[in-house]
Amino acid sequence: MSTSANISATASADNLNAQQKIALFIGFSGLFILVLAVFKIVVVNQLVALLSSLIFISIGIIWYAKSTYKGQSPGVKNNFIYVSNLTNRGFWAYLLGLSLTGFYIILYFYPEILGLVKNGQNTRLIALFDPLSRVLSGNPASQWFVYGTLYTIAILTFGIKALLKYRHNSYQKVRTLSVIFFQLSFAFIIPELMARLNTNNFSLPYYDLKNIWPLNYYNFEQYRVDQFINAGSIGLALLIFGIISIFIITPILTFKYGKRWYCSWVCGCGGLAETAGDSFRHLSNKSINAWRFERWLIHLVTVFITLATIAVVYSYLGDDSSKYWLTRSTFLIAVMSILSLVFALIMIFKRNALQKDAIYAAIAFFIIIGSLISMHFIDGYQQQLFLFEAETLRSSYGFLIGSIFSGVIGTGFYPIFGNRVWCRFGCPMAAILGLQQRLFSKFRITTNGGQCISCGNCSTYCEMGIDVRAYAQKGENIVRSSCVGCGICANVCPRGVLKLENDNLDHRINSEDILLGNDVDLKDFLKKS
Amino acid sequence: MTQEHIVIIGNGIAGVTAARHIRKLSDKKVTIISSESEYFFSRTALMYVYMGHMKWQHLKPYEDHFWRKNNFNLVQDHVIDIFPEQHQIELRSKRKIHFDQLIIATGSKPNKFGWPGENANGVQGLYSKQDLELLEKNAPDNKTCRRAVIVGGGLIGVELAEMLHTRKIPVTFLVRESNFWNNVLPDEEAKMLNKHIKSHGIDLRLNTNLEKILVDENNRVYAVKVKESDEIINCDLVGLTAGVSPNIEFVKDSKIETNRGILVNRYLQTNYKHIYAIGDCAEQRENIGYRKPIEAVWYTGRMMGETVAQTICGKPMHYNPGHWFNSAKFFDIEYQTYGWVFNQPKEGHEHFFWKHPEKDICIHINYEKRSRKFIGFNTFGIRMRHVFFNQCLDASATVDDVVKHLHLANFDPELYKTYEKSIQQAFKTQQI
Ligand SMILES: Cc1cc2nc3c(=O)[nH]c(=O)nc-3n(C[C@H](O)[C@H](O)[C@H](O)COP(=O)(O)OP(=O)(O)OC[C@H]3O[C@@H](n4cnc5c(N)ncnc54)[C@H](O)[C@@H]3O)c2cc1C
Ligand code: SF4
Ligand code: SF4
Repeated sequence: MSTSANISATASADNLNAQQKIALFIGFSGLFILVLAVFKIVVVNQLVALLSSLIFISIGIIWYAKSTYKGQSPGVKNNFIYVSNLTNRGFWAYLLGLSLTGFYIILYFYPEILGLVKNGQNTRLIALFDPLSRVLSGNPASQWFVYGTLYTIAILTFGIKALLKYRHNSYQKVRTLSVIFFQLSFAFIIPELMARLNTNNFSLPYYDLKNIWPLNYYNFEQYRVDQFINAGSIGLALLIFGIISIFIITPILTFKYGKRWYCSWVCGCGGLAETAGDSFRHLSNKSINAWRFERWLIHLVTVFITLATIAVVYSYLGDDSSKYWLTRSTFLIAVMSILSLVFALIMIFKRNALQKDAIYAAIAFFIIIGSLISMHFIDGYQQQLFLFEAETLRSSYGFLIGSIFSGVIGTGFYPIFGNRVWCRFGCPMAAILGLQQRLFSKFRITTNGGQCISCGNCSTYCEMGIDVRAYAQKGENIVRSSCVGCGICANVCPRGVLKLENDNLDHRINSEDILLGNDVDLKDFLKKS
Repeated sequence: MTQEHIVIIGNGIAGVTAARHIRKLSDKKVTIISSESEYFFSRTALMYVYMGHMKWQHLKPYEDHFWRKNNFNLVQDHVIDIFPEQHQIELRSKRKIHFDQLIIATGSKPNKFGWPGENANGVQGLYSKQDLELLEKNAPDNKTCRRAVIVGGGLIGVELAEMLHTRKIPVTFLVRESNFWNNVLPDEEAKMLNKHIKSHGIDLRLNTNLEKILVDENNRVYAVKVKESDEIINCDLVGLTAGVSPNIEFVKDSKIETNRGILVNRYLQTNYKHIYAIGDCAEQRENIGYRKPIEAVWYTGRMMGETVAQTICGKPMHYNPGHWFNSAKFFDIEYQTYGWVFNQPKEGHEHFFWKHPEKDICIHINYEKRSRKFIGFNTFGIRMRHVFFNQCLDASATVDDVVKHLHLANFDPELYKTYEKSIQQAFKTQQI
């Protein structure tokens, strides 16, 4: 049918200029060096190979971006996004998706292919990274170090691309600088340097301080908590920091700024999505069905990780009562109190802000968690809180959610499903921040009276699949739990309709039948009737 | 009793808004007829499909299941005749449909002024989905279309120029006015736009009229002739964007009264009690403030739709639009206007203009000289808050109040540079 066909299909978007071709060549040569290393082909000295590879990749990406945007005036230029093969789910998109997915599978499950040798000399690709790792942490590289380095380079170089692309928009520029900064320092350099402090009788767990539970789902596992506790006051401070991050810092910042302070300014997953993933943001599904699916899935994941974490902590609390002053019963009572408090507050004050199915789901989740926890107090079930072994819960979460969902699907499928699949459907941190953003926050996207022309740019470029237009054309503010506050909807709007704001709590959620611009009497009339 | 049948001709913003509000207020049977597209789409976004920012499906503000779910009866066909007394319309397929009340919301069509060659191949307007498809044929790239000439410097003209520019098609832009769009904008802004449009490599010709379109033996355009200079400009596409006029040919045979548009009273009613006209195709019998009798803008269609629904559902209501506002984009420059800023200050009015020394950012305020009452605001390159100006106009605020509180109007994204201080400074200097 003609309506589903792409009307602009004859545009030829994929004609690269000479500079772009050279840039691509340089970038791919850099990548090629890494691929060769996987096949044990390293022609020069490892350090030289590594450095030239990383430098080539970076130059390739930055030069490409520069030659793309140089000829364009500053402004919104999403030209041919829906024609270009790579950004419109063409052959190259699938090829890229497959390569990324393959890379993730090897990384997570077959690191020996990359040359990881436990308790021995690394080979292949990982060996290439040994010198750099030694400089930073003093230790040989692991597959995670390789990944972390490439990840950081991606955020850095595609961040520079974003700075060029959005050079007309200060919000985007500052936000991009922020994700680059947090990736470079907190995620990459600081944890490696922290590892330098480790000695034979002092060792801190590898800790990216901005990586907060439940995104950092393993933060309270026994080996880490033991390490924290054994590392004296520094370790204890870090452990306490981990706890207040989620219970105190997060709620305060989310109240003031919405979840964007984390999701599109600080978080590493968000950072990659906003930089390397930026070209794929329009691929998110905007249908109501996708929204429904999202709400179920992301909250189930959150319940899952909550249960798994409770079970894990529970399982080791009993082991050594001399080490943990917390007993199992006090721990469970504390958890139950926090959950009940949050549940009660929402039900008492914010019932009306929730849709029916959300209320039912919340009640069901609450009852399930409550009854599972209460099993502790019934004889005979003590060992297996939640029916499953804590270890089973933990490892299946790590496998299903931590590896497959956030990595393989989340990033591997960027070119097919868009850049925020994980953040939208899976991330439990996003779910918690989102719940608060919807219910207790000053953040909203304000719509500008009656100015919307329903053009659809905002919805199309919303990476979270929010149908922004559906609100804007009704003059209704956008107060959605999934909104990460990237600000792109406001950027692409050709009529200046949208503004991200932290403002008064009154009238934050508004909904009017008649838009500003029409008869005042008609507005009043409808309000009364 | 069977449900009253409301038939709406035209599934644009006017017709669809009326339908949605009728559905909110009642469960009357509603049929929407349009020949252009199966579902409502946003005409204002046609350009983004050609530029590849969006696909056709993104132009539809409602998912396809919305219409059935809300019990709208959609008919894709063309109405060729209306029989008011018989309460009937006739479709091209010869089908006849009976209505109890009829809403005509058939929008506009591009103006043609009888130029020789205006119906040749390669000459087209930019209004409908079909125009977009045609443009894709006429100007897919700069090999098929080595140069385009656009005739008429309005909002659609500048959009067409931007569209063709993305495909690297050289554009010559013939504009009758002495500065771009200065039949609406004051010269200061118009001159800034001249410069901006040229900076994108558009060959903008001011004070220039089209004389005729030259056509080859296959009835295909190969050049245009300019009236002032007799210059011949070779081209493969001529875009006619010299305004639009109501699309009401098929009404003319009926006894519904028309002038340029379908004449309506303040209830948006035609000379037949049960027939209404809204949107681009309606012409007000009575003037409303400074507004023109025909307003071919998106917002007007929407407001008329909101109002007529009330009347149809038994709460007769005057069409009484609030303060004028509008917006547009000229390549990279966003424009918003609130209240009235005329291209020349009217008797007793005074203008205050501020422009950033280097950037394409400026504002223009219109106020009453004696009472200092604020009348209107143009803003280029700074987003401003609709509510703010509406309140100022409601409260008959003075220009001094508006300037003093300008920071409350700012609607630019966070972390943007603000300009209120230098505007206020300049205003102060001018007043001494
Ligand atoms: C490219 C472009 C950009 C624009 N940008 C802006 C903007 O930024 N801001 C703004 O305010 N306005 C803008 N406008 C103007 C705005 O789009 C129109 O004012 C508005 O769409 C008119 O809405 P309507 O419902 O009155 O008519 P239309 O949208 O024209 O809808 C009428 C429908 O009725 C159908 N129809 C007509 N006759 C018949 C018949 N006999 N039988 C069956 N069906 C029929 C037509 O095919 C059409 O689908 C723009 C217009 C264009 C073309
Ligand atoms: S609604 Fe806007 S700010 Fe929020 S995620 Fe979508 S595009 Fe970003
Ligand atoms: S809010 Fe802006 S981008 Fe979104 S539909 Fe309205 S005019 Fe278009």
